Amino acid sequence: MQPKSTTLKILDIVSVLLLAVSTYLALIYAPEEATMGQVQRVFYFHIATAWVGMLGFLAAAVAGIVYLRAQNPKWDIVEVAAVEISLVFFFITIVLGSIWARPVWNTWWTWDPRLTTAAITELIYIAYFMLREGIEDPDRRARFGAVYTLVGSLSVPITFFSIRLFRTIHPVVIGSADPSATGTFDMTGGMQVAFFFALFAFTVIFIDLFWNRIRMGNLAAKVEQLKLKVMH
Amino acid sequence: MVTKSARLSKSVTERSTSPNLFKATLAIAWKDLTAEYRSRELFSAMLVFSLLVILIFNFALELDIKTRQSVTSGVIWVTFAFAGTLGLNRSMAVEKDRGCLDGLLLAPVDRAAIYFGKVISNLAFMLIVEIVVLPVYSFLYSINLFNPGLLAVILLGSIGYIAVGTLLASMAVQTRTRDVLLPILLFPVAIPVLIAAVKASGGFLNGDEFSMILPWINLLIVYDIIFVAIAFMVFDYVVEE
Repeated sequence: MQPKSTTLKILDIVSVLLLAVSTYLALIYAPEEATMGQVQRVFYFHIATAWVGMLGFLAAAVAGIVYLRAQNPKWDIVEVAAVEISLVFFFITIVLGSIWARPVWNTWWTWDPRLTTAAITELIYIAYFMLREGIEDPDRRARFGAVYTLVGSLSVPITFFSIRLFRTIHPVVIGSADPSATGTFDMTGGMQVAFFFALFAFTVIFIDLFWNRIRMGNLAAKVEQLKLKVMH
Repeated sequence: MVTKSARLSKSVTERSTSPNLFKATLAIAWKDLTAEYRSRELFSAMLVFSLLVILIFNFALELDIKTRQSVTSGVIWVTFAFAGTLGLNRSMAVEKDRGCLDGLLLAPVDRAAIYFGKVISNLAFMLIVEIVVLPVYSFLYSINLFNPGLLAVILLGSIGYIAVGTLLASMAVQTRTRDVLLPILLFPVAIPVLIAAVKASGGFLNGDEFSMILPWINLLIVYDIIFVAIAFMVFDYVVEE
């Protein structure tokens, strides 16, 4: 068994430290928001996890396309790793968003475009794992997985735009804000520091998890090969 | 696993047979329609199922005159979507069960012909069911559904639904869970079609201005084009042995 590379070990430690600093910045350093109060602090991790979640789904779609072109199993491992991590991060985003929405929108959930799209994205990638589960042949499993991520990654943006045609209440903090949105606010200096640091920290954490998960996938593939060798 | 040179030579032979693509597509669609005309298995199942769904909605939603106006487009699209999965599952399962799919794959035609042939036959089944369900719905709930705009929306929506459904059904039949899996794979991906189709149908039924319905119709057209194109490109990978 290959030992963990030193770079990866260092990255593991850096990720933990960054998460700790980011937590401090979000929960203590950043000033309290005037109208929403303490619950606004959820925002920093909410955006950061959403960002890495999207990053992962994008990486999965790219890995899927590359797999179909090259038919190299290593891209299948990359694809599964990306989908798995993103599924978890997106779920965290939804939970954090709900915690924030309860006091601010006075409901845990609304059928707003972003919320609906996030929920449907989760369902698509859960379906992705159910599809893989049902196929024994690793080659076919990889091909079908790649096709389905491709179809899913095209459908998700269209879903978003189709629901966007209704009106949205989700606030847009960065860029132009819709005046009808509930819970918008302007970021002050301290908030910006916490916000951009959280984005940075979660990007590093994502890369670290991604790397570890790919390594795990490679090891699992090797175990599978050894098993076959013993059986024959 | 197909090597690169084999793939290359395959694409060369495909190109040489491509003038036959249209003929091959029609032949496959014709085969399905003939088989269905003789057995009428699929059509009767989809039709009875659709009528049952409408009946259940009648009790579940208390379809009185007021609610009818607002929920009709939703009810007919849920009915079509459910009946559609039934048809998609069956049309691919029949090929798989009797080893017909291998025969089709051995035929010296472009794989795209198999996809388009299947899309045409599946679309035909779905449209035939819709043609029967619409007058029945009109008759039962005395709502006039014969609006040319609504019929166009139903055609566009069905094309998108079947285009992606045929691709996913050919994947689902090759898995262990088979028929259970198709709706789970298809519904989340087909959501844009259903949203746009329900909104556009509702617009026509309420007599909204055309400029208000147009964005939804555009969305349907965009979805149809994207998914027919993508399914056409990846279908090879789905049926490859």
